[in-house]
Amino acid sequence: MGTEHSYIGWFLLITPLAASVAILLHLYKKHDMAIFASIGSAVICFLIALDVAFGNLPAPEPWTWISLPGSSESPSVNIEIGMIFDALSKGMLLIVTGVGMLVHIYSYGYMKNDPGRGRFFGGLSIFMFSMTGIVLSTNLIELFFFWEGVGLSSYLLIGFWFTKESAAAAANKAFVCNRLADFGFMIGILTYWLLSGSVSIEPAVVANYHPAISLAQVQTTLTPMEQSLHHGPSINVRHIGGIEATSFLLTIMVLGLFLGCVGKSAMFPFHVWLPDAMEGPTPVSALIHAATMVAAGVYMLCRVYPLLILSSTGMTVIASIGCFTAIFAALIAVQQNDIKRILAYSTLSQLGYMVMAVGCGGPDAAMFHLSTHAFFKALLFLAAGSVIHALHDEQDIWKMGGLSKKIPLTYWTFLIGMLALSGFPPFAGFFSKDYILSVAYDRNPIFYWVGVAAAFFTAFYMTRLVVVAFLGPARTPAAEHPHESPPVMTIPLVLLAILSLVGGWSIVGIKAHYHDWFVSVLNAVGLVPTGVESAIPLAESGIFPDWLVPLMTVSAGAVSAFFLYRGRDRDPLNIKLLAHKFYCDEFYDRNLVGGQQRTARVLNWMDSWILEGLIIRGAAYISVGVGEVFRLFQTGSLQTYAFIFSIGGVLLIYFTLFTH
Amino acid sequence: MDITLNHYLAVGAILFVIGLIGVITRRNLIIIYMSLEMMLQAANLTLVAFSRFNGSLDGQVFVFFVITVAAAEVAVGLALIVALYRLRQTTQVQDLTSLKF
Amino acid sequence: MNALFFWLFSIAMIVCALTVVLGRSPVTSAICFAFTIFFMSGLFVMLNAFFLAAVQILVTAGAVMVLFLFIIMLLDLNAAEKIPRQKVWMGCALLLALGFLYVVALTLNATPEGAVTIEQAPLHVPSPRVVAMRTGTHPGATPGFLEDIFDDTHRIGFLLYTNRETTTYIAPFEVTSLLILVAAIGVIVICKQDEPRRPASREEIIREAPPKSTKPETVSTR
Repeated sequence: MGTEHSYIGWFLLITPLAASVAILLHLYKKHDMAIFASIGSAVICFLIALDVAFGNLPAPEPWTWISLPGSSESPSVNIEIGMIFDALSKGMLLIVTGVGMLVHIYSYGYMKNDPGRGRFFGGLSIFMFSMTGIVLSTNLIELFFFWEGVGLSSYLLIGFWFTKESAAAAANKAFVCNRLADFGFMIGILTYWLLSGSVSIEPAVVANYHPAISLAQVQTTLTPMEQSLHHGPSINVRHIGGIEATSFLLTIMVLGLFLGCVGKSAMFPFHVWLPDAMEGPTPVSALIHAATMVAAGVYMLCRVYPLLILSSTGMTVIASIGCFTAIFAALIAVQQNDIKRILAYSTLSQLGYMVMAVGCGGPDAAMFHLSTHAFFKALLFLAAGSVIHALHDEQDIWKMGGLSKKIPLTYWTFLIGMLALSGFPPFAGFFSKDYILSVAYDRNPIFYWVGVAAAFFTAFYMTRLVVVAFLGPARTPAAEHPHESPPVMTIPLVLLAILSLVGGWSIVGIKAHYHDWFVSVLNAVGLVPTGVESAIPLAESGIFPDWLVPLMTVSAGAVSAFFLYRGRDRDPLNIKLLAHKFYCDEFYDRNLVGGQQRTARVLNWMDSWILEGLIIRGAAYISVGVGEVFRLFQTGSLQTYAFIFSIGGVLLIYFTLFTH
Repeated sequence: MDITLNHYLAVGAILFVIGLIGVITRRNLIIIYMSLEMMLQAANLTLVAFSRFNGSLDGQVFVFFVITVAAAEVAVGLALIVALYRLRQTTQVQDLTSLKF
Repeated sequence: MNALFFWLFSIAMIVCALTVVLGRSPVTSAICFAFTIFFMSGLFVMLNAFFLAAVQILVTAGAVMVLFLFIIMLLDLNAAEKIPRQKVWMGCALLLALGFLYVVALTLNATPEGAVTIEQAPLHVPSPRVVAMRTGTHPGATPGFLEDIFDDTHRIGFLLYTNRETTTYIAPFEVTSLLILVAAIGVIVICKQDEPRRPASREEIIREAPPKSTKPETVSTR
């Protein structure tokens, strides 16, 4: 491979950027050209991504973005815009560009009659630009830049129908939640910078970063599981930047980085924005708020995984939060009635799985689940969009029913997605979820059992959704005469359905791909993975195969939901706590938003009365008042001027001559 | 009664004051201009008087210059009045208050 | 004799000046102003300033007054001021005038040198330089220099154009000529009215005033 072709990598960023700039500057009223530019850029990106993944296209030369000279006290700072093409980013790049391309094509059909579709595709292109940037970033500053870029595009697209008050509020909510979390992310980045003198997340750099703590300390910070998992040779101990990396600082760093993930991936305390983000158009929900952007947090954690293992407290927190979010969101989803909100909570739950996997020491499992989840969750959202499209913007599942006969293609693809999400073999979700559960069992059986419980509820609410929405009689006139979506929408569905089916199979090799990557990461750090392959939960007794318990649980969930909801017109369960999402929004409204509003009111009062009123307007009024007084002397009458001037002259003569 | 230097200076002062009164009270730009000219001539008179009583002709040379400058000033001033009249159709100073805010 | 003419000229001059200031018609004012200058020239003559008296009549009473009258006629300002005189302004001005005169009176009172009569004052006091010229301590000395020249025109000429009597005034004199030149140019620039542009060619004439046979285009669009 010659380096002369390396610049092609830049087109992964340039193409969507050019499309979005062209659309936002010129084409947002010329819809056809905007759509052409956007879809074209997505297709080009996907083709380049194919070349990167399978053609071993070399990375482009990094371009120095910020360069500060160093001194004896502080090392020089060089922040580059570059690209990493390694196993991790190649896989993620394929998912982002592939799913992105399918969603672009789907959107062409879905948004066909929207008056703002040019703007919509502009937002999608900004998203493609930023997301590709996140995947390929070589350092945390570059990553943060693109991180905010996806936040921006998410904001723009959630609030796409900005005349709807709920959409505008949801966009603000997403933005504020992400800003709060990004503050923590920045602390994490800066701590890493402080400790290592670098912000690079290139695999070699990260793997070779070992803070100035002794090997013994590192070993004691690792749990027995991790030691068994990573009992490697000695670690090089280096002093960098003269700052001692205490375990406290390392924990701060890990938790800060994780906080970025908490915001972007909508983990428990910050999860409230994601369900509201469903106010955006459905393709956006599929691409940004299910398949890719929310997974960026998980991807980032995997990218900095060698840093995470430096703090066992951090790892425990990560695993716990992920685990809690998985069961928490699954429970809420059981009692939701909006088709997109059910899927949103399901996304939260699955993201919880992934984060739990990272925290349990299995980033390869997380990435595996991320990939399969991207397929089937995008599929589910697009199919849900197809349903909504068919029913003319009806999202309440209790107003659907009987759709399986009338829109069969949507039904069957949705069913495949549902089976994959629930974790039935041989669909993709089964393999990845099983892998995560086995990793979790290695770390702590509690995580495993909670994960299994979440899987039960996952199967339960997905079966409920299918039974209520697609089976039984039609409950409203609109549901009696749906129309199947055009091919431009169904073809992406079929492609994603195929991927959801085969994505987990070992011949496709996603699992092996990420496992190889993980092994290489551990080897680079100097650790040897030992336990993952042999850890089989519940297999000590030798009676059950490891996948049996999850499969039985999932089947139980599906069967119970099927018999509970078959033929019902109303929800037989009525759990207020779950229907109100554990009162999270209400709690935030009362305790956090109120306080924030009060602070804002006080600050507003200070701003408008003290700062603007007293200081700025006061100064203005003083000069105006002085001017008002002095303008009285300007009569405009020549006589007055001459008279006053003469008086002055006479007085001048008098005082010069006769006062001594 | 012999005529002394003081007599001439007093006459010059009176002439100067009459010009000043004209400048202050009149409303017609042309008259104001004439009054100004009169004040200049009052100064001329005192200069010539001092010149005579000091036995030196330098004062007269100054008067010569003053007359020259006054002539040039009158020419320019009257041109301005003409231009102003073309623009505003008036030479009354109370009509010329554009600078007043 | 001297006193008689002084009072005659002074009182006539002040009366004429008052007429200039108080007269209602600009033409009256202008004529009276000319007379003021004329009587002032009389005073100049009594002060042995014959040259300046002539210049005053020629330049001020002649050229300047003609200019004033010309402008008055040109702009048709002869109509008397309609607005009644403002008594307040008159009083203010009078007060100011009295104040000024009081200051002048104080000054004259405080300077006994002013009490010298015109007969006591020497007509020509030779400057130190002239003395040096006469006594020969100055290069190019001439005995009896300027002793026989008494007419003021001659002597002002010496003052303006030579450096024999005192330092020369030639540079200010030349600058004055420049000033007058600038004033002349300025007057032309200020007063020059842009002539309305004449159409240069036949095409332009037709465009500006189309022949009557062609119909206006706007009517047909209705």
